[in-house]
Amino acid sequence: MNGFLANYGGILIDLVKVVVVMVVLLTVVAYLSWFERKVVAHIQSRWGPERVGPYGLIQPLADGAKFLFKEDPTPEGVDRFVFFFAPFLALALAMTTIAVMPLGPQVEIFGHPIWLSVTESHVSLLVVFAITALSVYGVSLGGWASNNKYSLLGGLRSSAQMLSYELSMTMSVVGIVLMVNTFSLRDIVEAQRGGAWHWFFLPQILGFVCFFISAVAETNRSPFDLAEGEQELVGGFHTEYASFKFAMYFMAEYAAMVSVSFMVSVLFFGGYLSPFPDTPAFHWTYYLPAAGGVIGGLALAWSGLRYHTALGRMILPVLGIVLLGVGMVCGLPAVMTVIQGPFWLAAKVFVVLFIYVWARGTLPRIRYDQLMAFGWKFLLPLSLANVLVTSWLVMLRLPR
Amino acid sequence: MSVETILFFILAAAAVAGAVNLIVQTHPIHSALSLIVVMVALAGIYLLLGAELLAAVQIIVYAGAIMVLFVFIIMLLNAGKEERTAISRTATWLGLPFAVVLTAVLGWRIAMAQPGPMAPGAEIPGTTRVLSQLLFTNYVFPFELTSILILVAILGAVVLAKRDF
Repeated sequence: MNGFLANYGGILIDLVKVVVVMVVLLTVVAYLSWFERKVVAHIQSRWGPERVGPYGLIQPLADGAKFLFKEDPTPEGVDRFVFFFAPFLALALAMTTIAVMPLGPQVEIFGHPIWLSVTESHVSLLVVFAITALSVYGVSLGGWASNNKYSLLGGLRSSAQMLSYELSMTMSVVGIVLMVNTFSLRDIVEAQRGGAWHWFFLPQILGFVCFFISAVAETNRSPFDLAEGEQELVGGFHTEYASFKFAMYFMAEYAAMVSVSFMVSVLFFGGYLSPFPDTPAFHWTYYLPAAGGVIGGLALAWSGLRYHTALGRMILPVLGIVLLGVGMVCGLPAVMTVIQGPFWLAAKVFVVLFIYVWARGTLPRIRYDQLMAFGWKFLLPLSLANVLVTSWLVMLRLPR
Repeated sequence: MSVETILFFILAAAAVAGAVNLIVQTHPIHSALSLIVVMVALAGIYLLLGAELLAAVQIIVYAGAIMVLFVFIIMLLNAGKEERTAISRTATWLGLPFAVVLTAVLGWRIAMAQPGPMAPGAEIPGTTRVLSQLLFTNYVFPFELTSILILVAILGAVVLAKRDF
C-alpha cells in the first residue's frame, strides 16, 4: 500500500482535486440558475422559484430531473453527428478553464504540501484564452447543425460576436502582463499581495472595464445575448435542442459565467488574497470565514423555524445547523489557514456573479449593429490605448 | 510504458485519424472539424514536449482563429456536400507514384533516424521569455517583416470590402 502511494500518490491527489473541483463547479452551476432566477425576480418585484422546497431551493434538482426525462427529438435533416456533439463540446470547454485557475496558495493538508489548483502552468493565462477561443464552436456548430434558419442565424451572430469581443478581451489583459512580466495566473495573483489597494483594478481600471464588458459579451450574456434574442430568433442557436442537450447548453453558459468571474477576480481583484494586508494587526480577519458561517447558520436556523411551510421548518434549521458546523470547523487553526484562499476567492466570484445577474435584470438588450460597433469602434481602441499607456508607464519605471 | 508515451500514441492516433478523415469526408464542415482535431492533437503533442507556450499559441491561432473563420465562411456560403468523382488522370499517373516514393523515402529516413539529444531550453521554465528575446534580437527583421505583411493583408481586406461593385 505504501509503495502504491509512493508511486501513484501524485496522480491520486490530482484525481481527488479534479473530482472535488468538478463536483463543486457543477453544484455552483446548478444553483446559479436558482440564484439568477431569485435575484432577477426580486429586481422585478416577483418571488421567483418558491414552490419546490423552501425558497425554491430544490428547484435545480427538479429541473435536472425534468431535463433527464423529457423527450429528446432529433429534427429532420439535421447533421446528426454535429448536432449530438456540439452541446458536449460547449459544456466540456466551458468547464475546462477552471483547471488552471489558482484556487489558493500552497497549503499543508495532513502534512502534505498541496497547491490549491487542479494544475499549474506558466502560461495559464494563454491556456484560458485558448479554451475561450475554442468555445465559439459549441455555439456556432450547434446552430449550423440544427438545419433551421433561426438556429443558423443565432449561431452565426454569436460566432461573429465572440470573435469580435475576444480581441478586446485579450488586449485588455496585456496591461497586466506588461506589469507583471508573466503569463502565469498564480504569479499575477501573488503580484497583488499586500491588501486591496495593491489589486490591479486600480492601476488597470481601463483594462478592467474593457475586460469585464468583453467577458459579458464573450459568454453571450445579457445585455449582449443576441445569440438567443428570443423576439427575433425564437431561441437562437439552441432552438432545436431539447432535453439534456438543451440542459448542456444551459450549463455551459453558466459554467462560462463562473469561469469568467474567476478570471475577473484573479486578474483584477487579487484572486485568493485577502483584501487586508498580511500584518499581525489584521490576523483577526482569519476568523471571518468562521464568523460568517456561524452567524449565517444561526440566522438561517432562526428564520427557518418560522418559515411558512412545514417542509421549510424542517429543512432550513437543519441547513442552518450544518452551516454553523462548517463555520465552527473553519475556526479550527489547521483548517483556518487552508480555507483562507478559497474563501476570499469564492467571495469575490460571488460578487462578480451577482453583478452579472444584476446586469441581466436591469439592462435592455442592445441592437446587433450597436453591438458590433461598440466592440470594434470603442472597446478595441480603448483596450489598445490601455496597452499603450501601460507600456509607457512600465518603461518609465524601468531601471536604466 | 510511461503516461507520456501512452498519451503520445493517443494524440498521434487522433492527429492521423483526423487527417485521414479530413480527406475522406465529403461535407466541408466535417473536413474543417477534422482539421481542428489535427490542430488540437498537435497542440497536445507540443504540451507533452514541454512547449506550453507553443501549444497555447497553436490552439489560439490555428484552432481558435483561423479554423473559426473557415467554419464561419463555410456556414455563410452554405456550402453543401461535394460529389465524389472518378480519380483524375493526372492523379493516377503523377500523384500515385509520387505518393509511393514520398512514403518510401520518409519511411526509410524515419527507420534510419537516431534519437538526438533533447533540444536545449525545452525544460527551461521561462520559455516565453527565451522566445521573445530571440524574436526581438536575432529574428527582429523577419518578425517586423511579418507584421508588415499582416498589415498589408488587413488593408487589402478593408479595400476589398469597401469597393463598390
